[in-house]
Amino acid sequence: MAEIITGLTFYLFAAVTIASAVMVVGSRNAVHSVLFLILAFFTCSALFVLRGAEFVAMILVIVYVGAVAVLFLFVVMMLHVGENRLFQGVKRFGLVGVLVGLAVAAELIIVITTRAFRQDAPAAATDPAMADLNVTEALGRILYTDYFLLFQMSGLVLLVAMIGAITLTLRQRDGVKKQSIPQQIERKRDEAVALRKVESGKGIG
Amino acid sequence: MFALISSLRSLLLLELVRGMGLTLWSMFTGRRVTVNYPYEKGVLSPRFRGEHALRRYATGEERCIACKLCEAICPAQAITIEAEPRGDGSRRTTRYDIDMTKCIYCGYCQEACPVDAIVQGPNYEFSTETRAELYYDKDKLLDNGDRWEHLIAANIAQDAAYR
Amino acid sequence: MIDLFLTVVWPGLKILLTILVVIVPVILGVAYMTLAERKVIAAAQFRHGPNVVGPFGVLQPWADALKLMFKEVILPAGANKIVFFLAPMLTFALAMLAWAVMPITENFAIADINLGLLYLFAISSLGVYGIIMSGWASNSKYPFLGALRSAAQMVSYEVSMGLIIITVVITVGAGGFNLGNIVEAQRGLWFAIPHFPMFVVFFISALAETNRAPFDLPEGESELVAGYFLEYSSMQFALFFLGEYANILLMSAMTVTLFLGGYLSPVDIWFLGDVWMQPIWFVLKTSFIAFVFLWVRATVPRYRYDQLMRLGWKVFLPLSLFWVVLTSGVIVGFGL
Repeated sequence: MAEIITGLTFYLFAAVTIASAVMVVGSRNAVHSVLFLILAFFTCSALFVLRGAEFVAMILVIVYVGAVAVLFLFVVMMLHVGENRLFQGVKRFGLVGVLVGLAVAAELIIVITTRAFRQDAPAAATDPAMADLNVTEALGRILYTDYFLLFQMSGLVLLVAMIGAITLTLRQRDGVKKQSIPQQIERKRDEAVALRKVESGKGIG
Repeated sequence: MFALISSLRSLLLLELVRGMGLTLWSMFTGRRVTVNYPYEKGVLSPRFRGEHALRRYATGEERCIACKLCEAICPAQAITIEAEPRGDGSRRTTRYDIDMTKCIYCGYCQEACPVDAIVQGPNYEFSTETRAELYYDKDKLLDNGDRWEHLIAANIAQDAAYR
Repeated sequence: MIDLFLTVVWPGLKILLTILVVIVPVILGVAYMTLAERKVIAAAQFRHGPNVVGPFGVLQPWADALKLMFKEVILPAGANKIVFFLAPMLTFALAMLAWAVMPITENFAIADINLGLLYLFAISSLGVYGIIMSGWASNSKYPFLGALRSAAQMVSYEVSMGLIIITVVITVGAGGFNLGNIVEAQRGLWFAIPHFPMFVVFFISALAETNRAPFDLPEGESELVAGYFLEYSSMQFALFFLGEYANILLMSAMTVTLFLGGYLSPVDIWFLGDVWMQPIWFVLKTSFIAFVFLWVRATVPRYRYDQLMRLGWKVFLPLSLFWVVLTSGVIVGFGL
């Protein structure tokens, strides 16, 4: 009974994932596309949970759905992409798009069916040392031992990208009044307040 | 030294804590500065301009003589009056409507009235559930006058010295 | 037939019952949170607060609910119908979903999963969508601006919250993502004591995460009228309202679980430490933190938007990052 239910939930989530992935491309409204993309991410993480990879599932939701897709949604909403502009280039670039899609599909099929891929992946999963660890711990072990260099390098790449983004958008302008909170806090009473005896009708002068 | 103390103060959020302490203290004083409205009400000035009313003389004769001064002065044009001589030859209104949704409660109508017929009484609780109920006609206004006469008369007497 | 009943229907019913045991008190708590908010702020401002419906106004939430239910549902012109109606449901559903992993006694949580803390964090990070969707679908400028502000704010403060969560997980050690383990690890010493600065930062981030005063810019009345739920009425509005207050309770419960020892009794004497007292301690502590939410609202004026972002990115983020390094350094260095 339990297997049937698990199987049914798997097919349900898988169907929703594929349907929403199709809708990402097919939807006429760009914002709807992004929302379908988010649904696809979410059901993907549900599929991960069903396979026992809870950590990956949660990280997918936190990072992609909770942060990256929000920025996607921001950009798409702000740009206000209309239907006309969305389908402008379909005639001109349609063929190229189909070709690129076919190429990607072919590459994926080749990668999945190659021997190397088929042998490598289970090798880590069936490692006897990893058998009694949970996914989080196993992931940490692999990332910080076998793939340590690659992991650190990808971190560095992200750091460089971040610094690049900041330097590209940062601009110094002269004559802009900026709030300096430490300065405000350190101001003493004498610098801010002066008590004067004002004679009536004369003004402070 | 001063910089150290002040930066420590801001780091420990001392001013925030003091502010929070003040509100916590005020929560438990049990002090109440507002009026418990439907059961307690504020004091109204005798010049308070609330709901309109048409007054009568002590004999029961209505005061309004259909001079239409209020209709003329009303800046919101909320008052509509039609008049005809009555059976005994006196000039009286056949229609006296105030659109309370237009009225701005400026009090010009009661200032203009030569016989103190139209007045703005002390009642301010006359909200309705439909718009139509706010189109007051003569019956409603006279009824208001009868209902609030004792307060209106007292207010006018109190304010008479300054008019 | 009996087999089917025993394997599918009965466990299903049991799960439903467990869910109701948690959700019904949460919804009641949310209803009374609205009353408590009005009463607390009234008291701080020397006012009376609602006191007409029932003794001391205790029936006010029911009156409010009844009023909202009988109001007209309004769909603004040009609004995106599906997204418009989906947004409040999403907000409310997410606010309820997160309670699934909250440990209420040492052997009761609806779902005692290993990565409970991450689940909680993931669900609360999804809360942005209800807000963005409502702001966009309303086809109106103020809700849209409010939604943008709120989303930017929530994403910013999630960063430092995530780092604080990592600090707690490091302190607990193995199995640290399980909320039950986190609470059990605090049996000797509540984490609020060694991690006191992070406790404060977490609480302030929780204020920002739930869009509460002093970080309630998304609904800043003077600028945006009401923010993202401006165009909503009737039950849609009620769902947003319930979702917002359920999130406040959730964040309070999360603060309690992470830093104030969850369901543990502060003193272990007499019957106070018994298992049946644990839900009571949990509710008391959560109510206290929720009270602090209201207390802060009664005290502090609203932040300016650039100050809000400065606080999130330039103060909290470095501070919590420093604390992660410090904590792991201390734990590794002293071999704890």
